[in-house]
Amino acid sequence: MERSSARLWRKIRARYNLVGNECQSCKSEYFPPRPICKKCGKKTEMAVKKFAGNGEVYSFTKIRVPPDTFREEAPYYVGVIKLEEGPMVEGHILDDGREIKIGTKVRAAFRRMYVEGDEGLIHYQFKFEPI
Amino acid sequence: MAGIVGYGVHFPIYRIRVEEIAKVWNEDAEAIKNGLNIKEKTVPGRDEDAATIAVEAARRAVRHAGINAKEIGAVYVGSESHPYAVKPTAATVIEAIDAGNNVMAADLEFACKAGTAGVQMAMGLVDSNMVKYGMAIGSDTSQGRPGDALEYTASAGGAAFIIGKEKGKVIADILKTVSYTTDTPDFWRREGASFPSHGGRFTGEPAYFKHITNATKLLLEETGMKPADFTYAIFHQPNGKFPVNVSKQLGFTEKQIEHGLLTPIIGNTYSGASLLGLAATLDVAKAGDRILVTSFGSGAGSDSFAIEVTDSIEAARGRTTKVKDLIGRNKVYIDYATYLKNRDTIKMK
Ligand SMILES: [Zn+2]
Repeated sequence: MERSSARLWRKIRARYNLVGNECQSCKSEYFPPRPICKKCGKKTEMAVKKFAGNGEVYSFTKIRVPPDTFREEAPYYVGVIKLEEGPMVEGHILDDGREIKIGTKVRAAFRRMYVEGDEGLIHYQFKFEPI
Repeated sequence: MAGIVGYGVHFPIYRIRVEEIAKVWNEDAEAIKNGLNIKEKTVPGRDEDAATIAVEAARRAVRHAGINAKEIGAVYVGSESHPYAVKPTAATVIEAIDAGNNVMAADLEFACKAGTAGVQMAMGLVDSNMVKYGMAIGSDTSQGRPGDALEYTASAGGAAFIIGKEKGKVIADILKTVSYTTDTPDFWRREGASFPSHGGRFTGEPAYFKHITNATKLLLEETGMKPADFTYAIFHQPNGKFPVNVSKQLGFTEKQIEHGLLTPIIGNTYSGASLLGLAATLDVAKAGDRILVTSFGSGAGSDSFAIEVTDSIEAARGRTTKVKDLIGRNKVYIDYATYLKNRDTIKMK
């Protein structure tokens, strides 16, 4: 229980608002945030960067055989979204009955990701919704 | 005096029709549709709850108001279906709208009127200069016991209102608000119970009608206004029939309530209901229009508001998604089995 609280708490900011970071020397942007810039290595400063959550589907797949956590949600879409700001973000894509295609415009919606049983914590985060 | 600087709404895309529920219980769908004046209702997705709906509505409200969320000094979330018994929905909202941490926040519960109670609290804080902006949200994913009459109406949705008093920002002044509260056992849910219980016919006359009527009459008396002084009126709408009847009894016309009457097409969104009706009305209101809103929460009480729209409403208009547009976007109709699965009524172990 204690481990689950700390793990969830550390990720709340990033998961609720797509908060990543940006290398202050080469301006590379990251989500999820990275401790060091992939291009510049150790020496640069990383600043907090909040992404607006708008983007388009870069790639996607329909999950029919899910991990136990998402057993009751299946089938569902996961995909890679290219954010307007540049970074690629993995996430669930909401299924609203319309066909999802590469290039479909999406926005970050706020949803339950999963629930830890009957008495545990509820994990909220962004999911991408076709617009 | 404090007024509305922005609002936002949200409800799920899933719908279930009265016919689909009636079929399961071998009831007469036409009789129910006519009796309750309802066609279909919203159903939350498996990944939606009162917190996710509150966040979506709150984000739209911040955009509509055109303010920095860090200027919001108080957030109150009214719901009878808070996801946790202990752990505030309001804390999730402030984090998700990035309001910062110096925010007064709490969850409220007063059956269907906790959202308007939050508006009154925010007004007090704004008028006393304790906060610049206060946010009040009514959000619910309410449940009706399978087979109960409530199952046709109990739906999901929510609305967030930002209260402030800055000239040029206020899109509608709140001229006056009053409340009428008594201890009335018309509807309740005990801790740990999955579904609410209610007093059947008792929910009508001694509960809904008495409280709405007393609060509205008090408001009219204290403002010296009469029904004809209002362009629009919204009354809490547990079904599509009660608000039509109470508005007639109070001397309002069908034309005054038509824009705010949403229950026939989305169901009873509980804490969201009166505020959603107000939002849909503000979507079409013009400067100078007066709007009367009276909510009702079982247990029981009513909050009544006299509102006057300002010139600033036009500048804010394009920044929000209209209620009727959201209702009309791609709806997904589900069957009764999917409905039970979405509502977690099927026990998996
Ligand atoms: Zn770099």
